[in-house]
Amino acid sequence: MIYNLIIQLRQELVLTVLIFLLLFIKLGKDRSNESILNFINVALLINLGAGFCCHETGALFNGMFNTNVLIVFEKDLLNLAALIISMQSYAWLKESKHLIEFYLLILTSLLGMFFMISSGNLLMFYLGLEMSTIPLAAAANFDLTKRKSSEAAMKLILSSAFSSAILLLGISFLYGTSGTLTFSILTAHINGNPLQMFAFILLISGFAFKISAVPFHLWTADVYEGSPVAVTSFLSVISKAAVLFTLVNLLYKVFTPIASTWYLVLVVLAAATILIGNLFAIRQDNFKRFLAFSSIAQVGFILIGISGSSQIGSASLIYFILIYIFSNLAAFGVVSVVSALTGKENISDFKGFYKTNPMLSWVLTIALFSLAGVPPTAGFFGKLFLMMAGAAKGNYGLITFAALNMVISFYYYLRVVKAIFMDENATPIEKLQVPAVSKLAMYICVAGVIVTGLASVVYDYIYSISIGL
Amino acid sequence: MNLTLLILLPLLTAVLILLAKGLQQIRVIGLTGAVAQLGLAGWLLKSFLAERAAGNNAAHLFESNQTWFKALNINYHIGIDGISLAMILLTSVIVVAGILVSWTMDKLSKEYFFLLVLLSMGAYGFFISLDLFTLFFFLEVAVIPKFLLIGIWGSGDKTKSAMKLALMLMAGSALVMVGLFGVYYNTHTFDIVQITQQGIPVGVQKFFFPFAFVGFGIFAALFPFHTWVPDGHASAPTAASMFLAGISMKLGGYGCLRIASLMPDAAHAYSWIIILLATIAIIYGAFATMMQTDLKYINAYSSISHCGFVILGIGMLNKTSINGAVIQMVSHGLMTALFFAAIGMIYSRTHTRIVAQLGGLLKAMPFISTVFVIAGLCSLGLPGFSGFVAEMTVFMGSWQNPDGAYRLATILSGASIVVTAVYILRATGRAIMGPISDEHALLADATWNEKLAAVLLIVGILIIGLAPFLINHLIMPSTDAIMAQMEKVNLLK
Repeated sequence: MIYNLIIQLRQELVLTVLIFLLLFIKLGKDRSNESILNFINVALLINLGAGFCCHETGALFNGMFNTNVLIVFEKDLLNLAALIISMQSYAWLKESKHLIEFYLLILTSLLGMFFMISSGNLLMFYLGLEMSTIPLAAAANFDLTKRKSSEAAMKLILSSAFSSAILLLGISFLYGTSGTLTFSILTAHINGNPLQMFAFILLISGFAFKISAVPFHLWTADVYEGSPVAVTSFLSVISKAAVLFTLVNLLYKVFTPIASTWYLVLVVLAAATILIGNLFAIRQDNFKRFLAFSSIAQVGFILIGISGSSQIGSASLIYFILIYIFSNLAAFGVVSVVSALTGKENISDFKGFYKTNPMLSWVLTIALFSLAGVPPTAGFFGKLFLMMAGAAKGNYGLITFAALNMVISFYYYLRVVKAIFMDENATPIEKLQVPAVSKLAMYICVAGVIVTGLASVVYDYIYSISIGL
Repeated sequence: MNLTLLILLPLLTAVLILLAKGLQQIRVIGLTGAVAQLGLAGWLLKSFLAERAAGNNAAHLFESNQTWFKALNINYHIGIDGISLAMILLTSVIVVAGILVSWTMDKLSKEYFFLLVLLSMGAYGFFISLDLFTLFFFLEVAVIPKFLLIGIWGSGDKTKSAMKLALMLMAGSALVMVGLFGVYYNTHTFDIVQITQQGIPVGVQKFFFPFAFVGFGIFAALFPFHTWVPDGHASAPTAASMFLAGISMKLGGYGCLRIASLMPDAAHAYSWIIILLATIAIIYGAFATMMQTDLKYINAYSSISHCGFVILGIGMLNKTSINGAVIQMVSHGLMTALFFAAIGMIYSRTHTRIVAQLGGLLKAMPFISTVFVIAGLCSLGLPGFSGFVAEMTVFMGSWQNPDGAYRLATILSGASIVVTAVYILRATGRAIMGPISDEHALLADATWNEKLAAVLLIVGILIIGLAPFLINHLIMPSTDAIMAQMEKVNLLK
């Protein structure tokens, strides 16, 4: 029993221990920031390794907590992303007085996501979701000297409280119509009666808030812009990925009886999300706002993949998230370094960037190409497979629409590349001294962007463990 | 022989270029790689012909098939037939010439040569692919280098042209992608050979043919999607213009041909639209060229007209016309690359490309002027050069179509040659002949590298022009195979 508990909860346990250790370190005597940072990064690495050690399928606490190869892999992805973000924020955190608090918040949030992904019950899911959201709002406020940062935190907490309320209402209606909250039992009670459909719509709206799908996206850009870059990248990659994993799990396993309904909902959401995300991304100058809208558009593509409701769909989602982690974090990594060392965050500041910082320019360019979906970067494969999964339903109108939207997205990604390589600037950003740890994180991302696509092993592995409808 | 070498060699060259230091090292590595690739292509030709002579009549030689994405039934399936081999030879000649004319590129030379090599890698991969997914992959690999080459090293309104070109080509590949998905979900494979064997249901063909054909058509400057061509070519640096017109537009023509042979029913059903658009492109391109004053724009617009012949040949759907389309692709690739090279040489000396500001260049730089005249004569289809052979074949093929409207299209397209003659002779007369201005009188003639590049391309043009049976011998069996495919029409209903 206790052995099972430790094995199945190993990733959560490592995180919890780490969180408590950090609390003790905080109470103890002062240590240098560098040593703490190194310690945390090593601990995250250990946790990443813990994911690979033993594969156990099982359930704990009366089916409240599930684990299997797929779930462990998803947690590994989140862990990897957290590690990369942590490494990238090295330059920023080194000077911070509240380093430990930052990690306490971030890691608690990560822990909440782990429980959310593993949940086998809607209550457990809700707990995990709240546990992951509230610390993030505090973390968004972390630039204590900036008013925008507290504005972002306020917006995040209000909008997530609102969406949680909607979600909770949906959950209670669902409970009212079925009498259970356990996933495995719930499926049999889904029959598509009007109240249940209403509950489902509320649930989906709550999810759409969290993944910032249009029309529930309005908080995204402001929050992304105001938060410190590390928190923004956490929000845009990890928190979205965790919610998406759970969404697929719910749709493919619980709401199977009303698959034709949620297919339509996903199609509408996807089309609106891609278009609005793209159109707004064109006009942004602040890099973080730009990446916010680009990430909205990316979610639209992910929804297309999910709507395919096949094993290819869910495999492509996970595959795409992995690629998205590498490519988005590579972009955020460069922005983070530039912002930490110069305070500049606008695309127009990056004019002539190549002359002074060729290495960073290439990292950023490769990341943007991958986001745009250009071969040989992995983004090409990720996006193509998502679209392929969507096309399985034979809805070629949607696929054509998405394909043409890829061209629009291409325009704004190329606009940044143009600024970096082609535009003249009398006062470009000077040559930056990038800390070795951040550099390493960028190299990992770039290697990931190149290798994940061409090496089909990754996709085949994900496919072998993923679920279909 | 392993065809993957054709991709690995450019890859190796690109990596070595990244490691090299200084212009001298970089360009030597680039040239060595390109010459080695040319040698490889020559050797491939030799072994291909030897196999054929030995009686190996398989549709594709040197095939190799490896699983790539098992779950999605995507394979790395490669192999060549005569048509792809002709394209590979064309590409390798143009790459050598392109690197030779860029010999003195000192602005960010490492990145420049790297991107050139990357572009050529995309083209090689495209031509050897027998799997639609791999084909699509390499098609897109070749887009980004074009954007950067034009945007960074170009002239004039370069960023706008680069953006226009990249977006239009991406739109093309987006359409191709939708077409390929349609094929995939109705045949459950991307494999060209398998699809050829099992056929595609007629309804599916009719629905998805326009997506795929127009998608590739954008690459091949199909009217009305040709608008990226003039700006893109005019703004690009010399070698990039050569690559664009010589290689990149051929990706489109080759793709159109493959799509037509994969979906013969749809190709027959839509052939009148293809022919209509091609005829418009030919005539419109020719007349638009008459109005141009910039040498690069002259060549770019005439490329629209000449690529129209490729589409026309494909649209006519008979053996001779398709043969003509393939020869026209090779011929146009060589001729237009030569033209752009000559224009680049003139521009680097006189710093102007406006015809009215030039004159009497023959006196100052006889070699370059001769090259220019040869390219011009080839462009207007003088017998002895490749342009004549190619266009003649297309016309003969087109005339075989007894339908009145098709004959009319042939006649109109044929008449465009007169217009071609007008603009070519006028540009030549003004720029090359006549009195020379004082400031141009002392300019130097071509250097060794420029001479070498020009000679290489001229040799190619002359081989096709004087001994057309050689290239016919190479591509004829493959066009036969395509025609056999075409005749399967109506069997699937």
